[in-house]
Parts: sequence; structure tokens; C-alpha cells
Amino acid sequence: MPDLIAKPPLAGAAALTLAGVTLAMADPGQITSVAPFRGQDKALGKALKALGLSFPAPNQVMSHGDVRLVWTGRDQAFLIGAEPRGLAGLAALTDQSDGWAALRLDGPGAVDVLARLYPLDLRAAAFPVGRVARAPFNHMSSILMRPGPHSFEILVFRSMAHTAWHEAGAAMRALAARAATG
Amino acid sequence: MRIPCPLCGPRDRREFYYYGAEDYLHRPAPDAPPEAWDAYLHLRDNPAGITRDLWYHETGCTAWLLVTRNTVTHEILEVALVAGRTAPKPARGRRAAP
Repeated sequence: MPDLIAKPPLAGAAALTLAGVTLAMADPGQITSVAPFRGQDKALGKALKALGLSFPAPNQVMSHGDVRLVWTGRDQAFLIGAEPRGLAGLAALTDQSDGWAALRLDGPGAVDVLARLYPLDLRAAAFPVGRVARAPFNHMSSILMRPGPHSFEILVFRSMAHTAWHEAGAAMRALAARAATG
Repeated sequence: MRIPCPLCGPRDRREFYYYGAEDYLHRPAPDAPPEAWDAYLHLRDNPAGITRDLWYHETGCTAWLLVTRNTVTHEILEVALVAGRTAPKPARGRRAAP
């Protein structure tokens, strides 16, 4: 196997801080799509238990340390941050690590930035910590997660990385301009 | 218009792609008469009232949905996953003339 040079999807993008919100790229690590085979739910549950996880309900993120199992669709979840040890034969496993770009938004105003981009109710009552949504980031398919009360992580297709970065930046600039006018 | 996706919850209509009438779920048997295939491919109702059609949650969970809605009031009456439904018998007969 040749030793390939891994390049991040947003190489050279320096973190951007505006109006108390920081936009930065993130490295989620290995991403594997886990789609359970029919009739293997019990065996898969056991194998996931060994990883400290269980299969998530719709819109739910299961976490164990740095490892996450994120619901991403009907009978599908993404295992993020770990190898899919012991899952072979129980679910269709697809390595998606290089297919996604991850952005992070941190700060009390992050929810206001995303309000300009997502047609979702992102108030804490409707979208609490630990929740995930498959939802459009403007026109892009995305996975939106809330790791903390003022933190959001967004996965977009890698080919959309720079568009997503640009549009998140534009929303932050608009928010900062409005704040500046008082 | 908002469509309550059974998996994602209520979402804006822009997230969904409209495919067509529920008829597409009732594919005739391979040996069905030509009239059944004609009805399946070409004959559609255009009701002022309750209709059932197929939508795709394109920028959401990518599930196919069977939506029952009212074309007059825009009310969404029922949304179900296409994948979860029990397979109907293939339509054999010719659609009744209006």
C-alpha cells in the first residue's frame, strides 16, 4: 500500500471569530456508516455494547468518551472516532472518513448564526445537547449536532467544505454588522 | 407548507422532493393486461380534496414518504414511511372509468 498524504478538506482555513462566535474546522477522525442487516439488531446491540454504545433512536447521538454513534437516517448511523471493531457481518459498514468536512461553531451567538442558515427550531428546548438533525445548511445536505449548549458541529459533503465555510462566515459577518449598529 | 417527517419531525416543504401519485406504489403484475399498465403509467386523478402522494425527504433523512393531504386546505393528514408499509397486492384490474 502506498503511503498517501492525508489533506484536510479545509486546508489553510484559519478560525474566524466574530460577534462572540468562533468558526473553526474540526477533525472528527474515522467515520464509518453502520447500516444494520435485517434480523441482526440483537447481535449488533451486543457488539455495540462492547464499544460502550447502543444504536441511536432517530435524531439521537450516543456517546462514549470520544466515540460517537450518530443517527443519520432510517436504519443508519455514523460511528465517529473509532474503528468499527466487531461489527463486521452484523451491519453494512462503509468508510466515509474522507467524504465529509466538519465545521464547529462555538459561542453564545452560535444559535443566532445557525438561525440564518437552518430552517429549524434550534432553541435548547427543541434541539437540546446531544441531538442530531439531518437538515439543509442553506441548500446543502448536512448533519447538525449539538455537543454543548453553545457549541454546534456540522458535517457537510467534502466537496461542499469551502461553500459551507463561506456561508457560515457570511452569516457571522451579517450578525456582527447588525450588532455593531446597536 | 410543513410536512411532519415520521423520523425527523415537522420540516419545511423545501426539504422535500415531490415524486408523484401513490399509484407508483401499486405496480401491476408482469402479466397484467395492458389496460392495467396504461392506468399505472398514465391515468391520474386530480382531486380537489384529499390525495395521497409520494415525497422524498431529500435534504433530511432521505426517506420516502407516503403523504395524505388536502389539496384545498393544504392540511397534511397523515405521513408514513414507504419502507415500513406492508406490500400491497399488485393491481390487476383496470381502473374504473369516472
